[in-house]
Parts: sequence; C-alpha cells; structure tokens
Amino acid sequence: MQTPAPTDYVRATSVAHAISLLEEHGEESRLLAGGHSLIPMMRLRVARPEMLIDLQELHELRGIRIEGDEIVIGAMTTHADILASPVLAEHYAIFREAEKVIADPVVRNRGTMGGSMCQADPSEDLSAVGAALKGTVVIQGAGESRTVAIREFHEGPYETKVGPAEILTEVRFPIRPGAGSAYEKVERRVGDWPVASVGAYVVVSGGVVSDCGIGLTAVGAEHFCAPGAEAYLIGKPPTEESFAEAARLAADSCSPSSDQRGPADYKSHLAKELTHRALRRSAASSQGA
Amino acid sequence: MQVTITINGTPVTRDVEPRMLLVHFVREEAGLRGTHWGCDTSNCGTCTLWVDGAPVKSCTVLAAQADGHEVATVEGLEKGGELDPVQKGFIECHGLQCGFCTPGMMMTGRALLDSNPHPTEEEIREAISGQICRCTGYKNIVAAIQWAADNPAMSDSVASEVNA
Ligand SMILES: Cc1cc2nc3c(=O)[nH]c(=O)nc-3n(C[C@H](O)[C@H](O)[C@H](O)COP(=O)(O)OP(=O)(O)OC[C@H]3O[C@@H](n4cnc5c(N)ncnc54)[C@H](O)[C@@H]3O)c2cc1C
Ligand code: FES
Ligand code: FES
Repeated sequence: MQTPAPTDYVRATSVAHAISLLEEHGEESRLLAGGHSLIPMMRLRVARPEMLIDLQELHELRGIRIEGDEIVIGAMTTHADILASPVLAEHYAIFREAEKVIADPVVRNRGTMGGSMCQADPSEDLSAVGAALKGTVVIQGAGESRTVAIREFHEGPYETKVGPAEILTEVRFPIRPGAGSAYEKVERRVGDWPVASVGAYVVVSGGVVSDCGIGLTAVGAEHFCAPGAEAYLIGKPPTEESFAEAARLAADSCSPSSDQRGPADYKSHLAKELTHRALRRSAASSQGA
Repeated sequence: MQVTITINGTPVTRDVEPRMLLVHFVREEAGLRGTHWGCDTSNCGTCTLWVDGAPVKSCTVLAAQADGHEVATVEGLEKGGELDPVQKGFIECHGLQCGFCTPGMMMTGRALLDSNPHPTEEEIREAISGQICRCTGYKNIVAAIQWAADNPAMSDSVASEVNA
C-alpha cells in the first residue's frame, strides 16, 4: 500500500492568499491543483511536502476566455474543460486532438492546465501544445505579475521559471486567423503517457507557409520545440517534400533516450513521422481542406 | 484535521490525517466497501466514484480535498430498493466475473448515461478507457451499459419525455 508521508493541508481563498501561504511555509510547501501528478509522487514518496496549499477554491483561475487577440486559459482549468471548449475548438483543433489522448476521461476530470505546465514532466503533452502555439504563461508573486514565453518556461525536467513563492495564474495563446493545427501521439496503450507526441500549427497564404510552430514531447526536444525546422518551412510551398525535410530537421534536433516506452531510435523515427503528419494535416486545414 | 464529506446524501464527519486518500476515507471511515482499491497507481480505475457529480479516481484525491463536497459511490446507485438500470444491465448481460472492477465501471457508466443517454459503443469504450478489467470482460461490460441505455428506469424515461 502506498501512502503519502505526513503532511499538512490548507485551502487558499485567493491568489494573494496562496502566495502569502507559500511565503509563510517556505520551501517545504507545495501548491495542489488537480493532484494527479503530485499525489502519485507523494504516494511513492518522491515528493514529501510538509504543507499542501490547495487551489481548488480559486474559481477565478478556472475558465477559458478570449481577450483581445489572445485565448486565455486559467491555471485551474481541467483537461475535461479544455476538451469540451467550443472556443478552443473553433480556433485550434490541436487542443481537442491532444486532450482526447491525454490520460483517460476520469483523470481528465481532475488534472489541470497549470498543473501540467508546472509539473514539467519531459513527456507532458500540454507542454508540446504550448510550445507549438508559442504561448505565454503569467506568473504571479507578491509584486507585479510577469509573462514568460512557454519556450523559455521550462528550465529542465520538472523545473520551471515559477519561483518558490509564485503561482502560475494563466496561459495565453495568440489567435492566428487562417491557421490550421493538429496533434499526433503514439502511446503504448490508451490513457498512457506518450512514447512520442508532436503538435503543430501552419498558416498557408499566397501558396506558401507564412507562419508555423512545431512542439514535441517525450523525445528530448529542447524547450519542447523545433525552431530550425520552423525557420526552414517559412516561405516554402506546403508540399510533401517541404514537410518531409522539416520533419527530418525537427527529428535531428531531438535527443530522445531509451526507456520502458521504447528505444531512442524508435522515438527519433516517431519524431520525424509525427512531425510530418502534424504539418501535413495542419496545412490542409489552413487551406480549408 | 476535521473533514465533512457528504456521501450518498449523508454527511460523514471524521478527524483524519491530511494525507488520507479519499478511497480510504470512504472504505475505512465511512465503512462503504463497495468502492474498491486496486493498483495504487491511478491506472486501474476500480476506485472510481463521483465528486460533485464527476467520476474521479479516489486513490488520487485526498479526503481533505473532498471536504465540503458531495461524493457518490456504488452503494448510492440503488434508489428506493430499485437497482439502477446500469446495475440491472450488469446482471442481464453478465457484465462481471470476479467483480473487482465493477463498482468503478458502474459509476463511469452511470455518469456517461447522465450526460449522453444514447451512447455509441465507441463512446462507451472511451468512457471506460481509464479502467481495467483484469478478467478482460470488456465486451459484456459495454453490453451492460448499452442495456442500461436501452432500458432506462421508468422515472428517467418519464423525465426525458418531459424534457423533450
Ligand atoms: C494515470 C495518469 C495518466 C496520465 N497521462 C498523461 C498523459 O498521457 N499526458 C500528459 O500530458 N499527462 C498525463 N498525466 C498527467 C496529468 O495530465 C496531470 O493531471 C497533470 O500533469 C498535472 O496536473 P494536476 O492539476 O493534477 O497537477 P498537480 O498534481 O496538482 O500539480 C503538479 C505540480 O505542479 C504544481 N502546480 C500546480 N498548479 C500550479 C500553479 N497554478 N502554479 C504553480 N505551480 C502549480 C504543483 O505544486 C506540483 O508540483 C497523467 C496522469 C495520470 C494520473
Ligand atoms: S486504485 Fe485508484 S486507479 Fe487503481
Ligand atoms: S470482472 Fe474481474 S476485474 Fe473486471
């Protein structure tokens, strides 16, 4: 039987309260969102927080809205909320496609946007989505809030730019008229973490790719993205040859490691193949196919 | 810490350690052993119950998180001595063998039918995809939930006609 080590528990009543609780309890305290990464780690005693600060009552952090030319997703928005959102479905198919294959429907009722970003697992699916779409996160501490690009947010496995007395409040994505997007994942069985996943968006205008983004997870992509492949693709016609070359460049920029989900060369192969598929489908949808 | 969780409509108040998992609160503190506890790794789904109407894996929720919330378990499916159509479906279609996965399957099945009264086989399979039947009786579990969709309780069908 797995039981977490003894801990204390408190519910934050506002973002400011959560920050003051973090300041008060220091290093050994941890924010608790859906708990679907933290509680498994506590059961294994990989994590032994002495104080859990539950964010469940911060209803202002749950929801999806449009603000100017950005889509804003609150940190406490669940995977199930994202999957069901008509706003996201209208602008970016990538969210629905990714959420359909993140964990399983029951887990998706608890896991959150903020928890996924802050867990920073090297196989996190939403990190690939966020990096592909070149989103930003808003981090709030005792003073002013700051905005950080998702492509600069992860400092390494399980490490992010969120400081000890800070909280991620929302994630923002630019709306790109005419963009098509897609998500491709290979998993060992339904509900599992990815062997490899790739997300992309493409804008085709004037017969060429005018804008694009590629995000990869579980394959050792630095900051979950492939800027070299994106740069190559800009200005190229949306053809199989262009996508194949971009996919090759993306896969070459990754350094996957072998683990129980598969050998490194298989993951490299997947990085290439899934990038190709995600680009092909994104471009087709941008062209209204 | 003191927590009060309303389980199947009855408030249960106990002093518990904040590290206590909801599945243990329900089984040990409330004495409701219908909710099973299996893998301990958030994978098998036999511990699935509802918090505020949504199915969750109760081995991955702290009792403290459920403080002040409504929990529904398999024991609450039966209403006024009448089994829920999902329970009847499991009887009609031989939806269980050892029965270990059954409570979780039933709670997910009921939640699916509440939001989607006429699911396709594909939708049923997706809804239970986070749950493992070690006896691998998936075909009959799907048939049992389908049976419940085809045979809603009298009160449910009256309600849906009124709503139509
Ligand atoms: C069986 C299972 C399968 C899964 N499969 C997948 C999968 O296929 N793909 C995938 O991407 N994920 C998967 N997950 C992970 C799932 O998406 C988690 O829910 C998610 O990673 C964490 O979200 P959470 O809200 O549960 O975070 P929590 O567990 O509550 O928190 C995770 C970490 O983030 C910190 N944190 C949380 N919110 C904030 C915030 N607002 N500000 C600052 N720090 C914060 C916490 O302190 C903690 O360190 C799976 C999980 C399970 C249990
Ligand atoms: S015991 Fe909860 S998922 Fe297996
Ligand atoms: S009936 Fe035995 S585990 Fe499903």
